Amino acid sequence: MSTKTKTQATGARTGADRGTDGSRPATNVPAAAVGRESGGRVFLSKLGSAFAMFRNRKSVAGLAILAFFVLIAIFADVLAPFSPTQVDNTARFQPPSAEHWLGTTHIGEDVLSQVIHGTRGVVVVGFLAALIATTIAITVGVISGYVSGWKSEGLSALTNVFLVIPGLPLIIIVAAMFEDPPLWVIAAVLGLIGWAWGARVLRAQTMSLRNRDFIQAARANGEPLRRIITIEMLPNLMALIAASFVGTVTAAILGLTTLSYIGVIPVTTYNWGTILNWASAQGAFQQNQWWWYLPPGLCIAIIGVALSLINFGIDEYVNPRLRSAGERARAMKKKGLDVNEPVTAVRPEMDGLAAHPTPAPADKGTE
Amino acid sequence: MYNVRGSGQMKALDDVSFTLRSGRTIGLVGQSGSGKSTIAKILIQLETPTSGEVLLDGAPIPRRGKALRSYRQQLRMVFQDPFASLNPYHSIRYHIERPLRLGGLAANDQVDGEVRRLLERVRLVPDAVIDRRPHELSGGQRQRVAIARALASRPTLLVADEPVSMLDVSIRLGVLNLLADLQREEGLGVLYITHDLATARHFSDEIIVLNQGRIVEQGPADDVILDPQNPYTRELRAASPDPERHFASAAGNLGGAQ
Amino acid sequence: MTGVQPQLAELDTDALEVGTTATSADGGRARVPWRYLGRRAAFYLFTLWAAITINFFLRRMMKGDAVSQYLSRNRNVSPEAADALRTLLGLDSDKSLLEQYLDYWVLLAQGDLGISLLHGLRPVTEVVSGALPWTIGLVGVATIFSFAIGTVGGAVVGWRRGSRADALIPITTFLSTIPYFWLGLLAIAVFSVNLGWFPIGKAYGVGMRPGWNAEFIGQVLHHGALPIATIVVASLGGWMLGMRNMMLTVLDEDYITVAQAKGMPNQRVLWGYAARNAVLPQIQSFALSIGFIVGGSIVMEMVFSYPGIGKLLLDATNAKDYALMQGVFLVITISVLVANILADIVYAFLDPRTRQAGV
Repeated sequence: MSTKTKTQATGARTGADRGTDGSRPATNVPAAAVGRESGGRVFLSKLGSAFAMFRNRKSVAGLAILAFFVLIAIFADVLAPFSPTQVDNTARFQPPSAEHWLGTTHIGEDVLSQVIHGTRGVVVVGFLAALIATTIAITVGVISGYVSGWKSEGLSALTNVFLVIPGLPLIIIVAAMFEDPPLWVIAAVLGLIGWAWGARVLRAQTMSLRNRDFIQAARANGEPLRRIITIEMLPNLMALIAASFVGTVTAAILGLTTLSYIGVIPVTTYNWGTILNWASAQGAFQQNQWWWYLPPGLCIAIIGVALSLINFGIDEYVNPRLRSAGERARAMKKKGLDVNEPVTAVRPEMDGLAAHPTPAPADKGTE
Repeated sequence: MYNVRGSGQMKALDDVSFTLRSGRTIGLVGQSGSGKSTIAKILIQLETPTSGEVLLDGAPIPRRGKALRSYRQQLRMVFQDPFASLNPYHSIRYHIERPLRLGGLAANDQVDGEVRRLLERVRLVPDAVIDRRPHELSGGQRQRVAIARALASRPTLLVADEPVSMLDVSIRLGVLNLLADLQREEGLGVLYITHDLATARHFSDEIIVLNQGRIVEQGPADDVILDPQNPYTRELRAASPDPERHFASAAGNLGGAQ
Repeated sequence: MTGVQPQLAELDTDALEVGTTATSADGGRARVPWRYLGRRAAFYLFTLWAAITINFFLRRMMKGDAVSQYLSRNRNVSPEAADALRTLLGLDSDKSLLEQYLDYWVLLAQGDLGISLLHGLRPVTEVVSGALPWTIGLVGVATIFSFAIGTVGGAVVGWRRGSRADALIPITTFLSTIPYFWLGLLAIAVFSVNLGWFPIGKAYGVGMRPGWNAEFIGQVLHHGALPIATIVVASLGGWMLGMRNMMLTVLDEDYITVAQAKGMPNQRVLWGYAARNAVLPQIQSFALSIGFIVGGSIVMEMVFSYPGIGKLLLDATNAKDYALMQGVFLVITISVLVANILADIVYAFLDPRTRQAGV
C-alpha cells in the first residue's frame, strides 16, 4: 500500500492578522525588505523572503538531508567502490566487511555500490515526476480557480476524475504494456497520475484569492490576465505549490520503489526498489541477510523523512498557529501555568500591580 | 459626471440613479447589504449592471481597448480593507508604480521621483515606506498608500469604499481630512461610501441613503442629516452615537419618574 | 498514486468557518440536501462513464494476440464466451469502433465481464467476488483501527500541545514515510521468521477449507494480525497529524475560550467542543480513504500473499489475463466511486452548511 505524505495546509491566510487598531501588526514573515535603494539588494531580499518558508530548523534539516542524497546521485560513479553489476562468485552472501561495507548479494555484487547507484534513479524519477505533476497542477488548478462558469467547472470535473480513478492499479496495467520503459517515461506516468490532488488544492486557494481586494485592485488597475496570475497570485500560492511539489516527490519515490519491488517496472533499471526485489526473490528476508535488505529500505525512509521535514517547515510557515501553539504552551509551563487552565491565579509577587491582573492564559493577542 | 442606473443580480440594486460631478463629494450611506459595494464594483467595472447604464460625460463607459484603459485611469478606487487591498508580496514602491507604468504616465527614469512625490502628497515619508511590504506598515499608513495608488493616474473621479471603517477611530479623521484636502487640490469628484452618517456629513456635499438596494433619501448633506424625511434615515440618525443626545436622555432618566 | 488517507478535506473548510457537527439545531430532523447530492451524483455518473471508456481504450492499446491464439487453440470455450471475450478485449476489429463501444456497454450492463484464462475459465465476476471480501475485510478493519487510534491520539496530542506528547507526531510521521512494503517484509522477517509468532502469509492455513467454524475463523485472525498491524502502524501518522493540526486551529477559536472561561471541565471542552469540530474534515478524509482500500491493498497482498483483489490484479497482469485485469480494474473503480458517494452522503448530513438552500 503506497502512502502519501500530505501537507496539512489548512488554508490559513498568509501573513499577519489584520491590525484593525492601527497599531503595527506582528509579522510572521521575517522582515527582509528593509529599505534599500539599490535594485540588486532589493532583488536579493525579495528572493530571501520568497524562500522564507524554508528558514526554520525543520526545513533546513530536511533540505540538508535531501542535498546529501542529490550529491550522491550526481557523483555515484565516483563514490561507488565497485560497479554495481560486478559479479564476484567467490564472495556471495557475505555480511559487511572491510572490503564490502554493506556486504554482497547472491552473486557477489557489492551492496553499497548498488545502493549508491540506485540513488540516481530514485532522485531523477522523483523530481521529474513531481515537476510534471506540479506544472500540470498549477496550470489546471490556478486557471480553473480564476475563471468562472463552465470552464472552471469543466476543469474541476476533469481534476476530480483523475483523483478518483485508482492510480496504482492503473499504473500496473499501463506498465504492463511497456517492455523496458526509460526513466522519463516512468516519471511521466507517475506525474500524470499524481497531479490531480495539487490541482484541487490550488483551485480552492485560487478561488479564495480571487476575491481578495488586492486582486480586485489589480483588475481595476487594468492589469492583463497573465500578469494577475503570474505576478499577483502566484507568489501568494508559493507555499502551497512548494508543499505540493515536495509531497509529490515523496509519493513518486514511494510509488517508484513500490512498483519496482512488485516487479511491474522492469528490473533492469536501478533503484532501491529493484534491489529489494532481488533481495526478496533470493529469500534475503527469510535468511536474515539484513545487510542486503535494510540499507535500501532505510534510504527510502530517510529521504521520505527529509521531505516530510521540509513539508512540516512549510506547514508552520503557512499556518503560524501550528508553530506558536506549542511554543506558547511551553512558555507558559515555564511560568507554572497550564495552557488549558481557564483560571489564572494572580501571583502574590505582583501585588503591587493588583489593579492589572495577569492576562488570561488563552489570550489570542496579536499573533 | 456619472449617471448610474442599475440592477445587479439578485436585485442588489433596484433603480439606483445619481450623478457624480467633479469637485463635489457624494456620500453614499447604507448598512451592510444595502448595495453600496455593488455600486462601487459597477463603477470600476468589476461587475456589470443587468439593466441600466453607466455614463461618463454623457456617453456610455467604454468596455474594452484603449478607451477602457483611459477610463481606468480616470476613475480610481480606494478599498475598504487596508491590508487586503495591498499584495503582501510586493513593496509599496511596486504598488504605486503599477498604475504609472500601466498608463504610460512616466518615463522610466521619472518613475521613482513620481512615486516619491505621491507618497509625500499622502503625507508619508517616502524613504521610510517605499521599500517596505504592507505588513510592516500600520493600518493608517497602508490606507494612505492605497490613496496614493489611486491618485497615481491623475484621476478625475474617486470612489472611496468605506476607506476608514477598518481603521482605528483616532486616525480616521486624519485620513478623511487627507481625502478632503486632496479632493480640493485636485478637483476630484468623490463617491464616499460609508455606513457612518457622521463622517458622511462631515465629508460630503450631498448624501444618498440606500436601503436594500433602493434610494430612500437624497439631497444636500446638511438637509438630509438635520431634517430627514424618510423613516429609515431617521432610524440611522438615531442609531449613530451623539454624546449630547445621550447625556440629555440619561439626565432625564435620572431626574424623571420613569 | 493511491494514498492511504488523502487529506482533501482542508480545501472546503476554512479554519475560521468550521461548522458544528450538531444536528439538533434543525429540530431533530435533518433536511435532505437534494441539490448537493444531485450535483455529486451527476459527477459520479460522469466519472463512471469516463472510467469505463478508459477501460475500453486501454484494451485496444494492448497486445491481445495471446488471447486470440488461446481462443483458436481451445475448443472448450463456448461460442458465447468467446464472443464476449472478443468484445471485451477489442478483438472484434471487424466491427466499427462505435459498434465495439456499444457492444462493450451491453456486455457490462449484463454483468458479463468475460472469463478468466488464469482461473480455469471461470467467469471473471465469480473470481472477483471470491477475492473481494478478503480485501474489504482486512483492509477495512485496519483502516477503522487506524482512523480511530489516530484521531483520538491526534486530539490528545493537540490538546496537550507543548508537552512531550508532541514527540508522537514526528515518530508516527516517520513510520508513514517508510515504504509500506518494506515495513511488511521487515515485520515478516522479525515476527514470522525469527520469532515465529505469526504465519508468513496467506489468509488461512494450507489445506484448510473455508467455513464458519471456530478453527477457520481463528486461523483467519491469526493470519490477519500481521497485515492489519503493519497497515495500522504505517497509516497512523497521517490521521494523527491531520487531527492534531485541526485541533490546534480549533483550540485557537474564541468559542473554546468562552467554554473554558465559563468553567466547563476540561474533558468536556476537549471532547465535546474542540474534538467534535476538528473531526469534521477527518470524517471526510476517512470516507474518502474507504475508496482507496480496494485499490491500495495491492502491495499488502503481495507481501503477505493475501488472496484479495490486489493480488488478483498482479497475478492477472503477470499472466496477461486481460479479461481478469480489466474486470478487477473496473471493480476497483466502482468501489472507489461508491465509497465517495457514501462519503458525500455522510458529509452532507454532518455539515449543516450543505443543508442550506441553494448550496
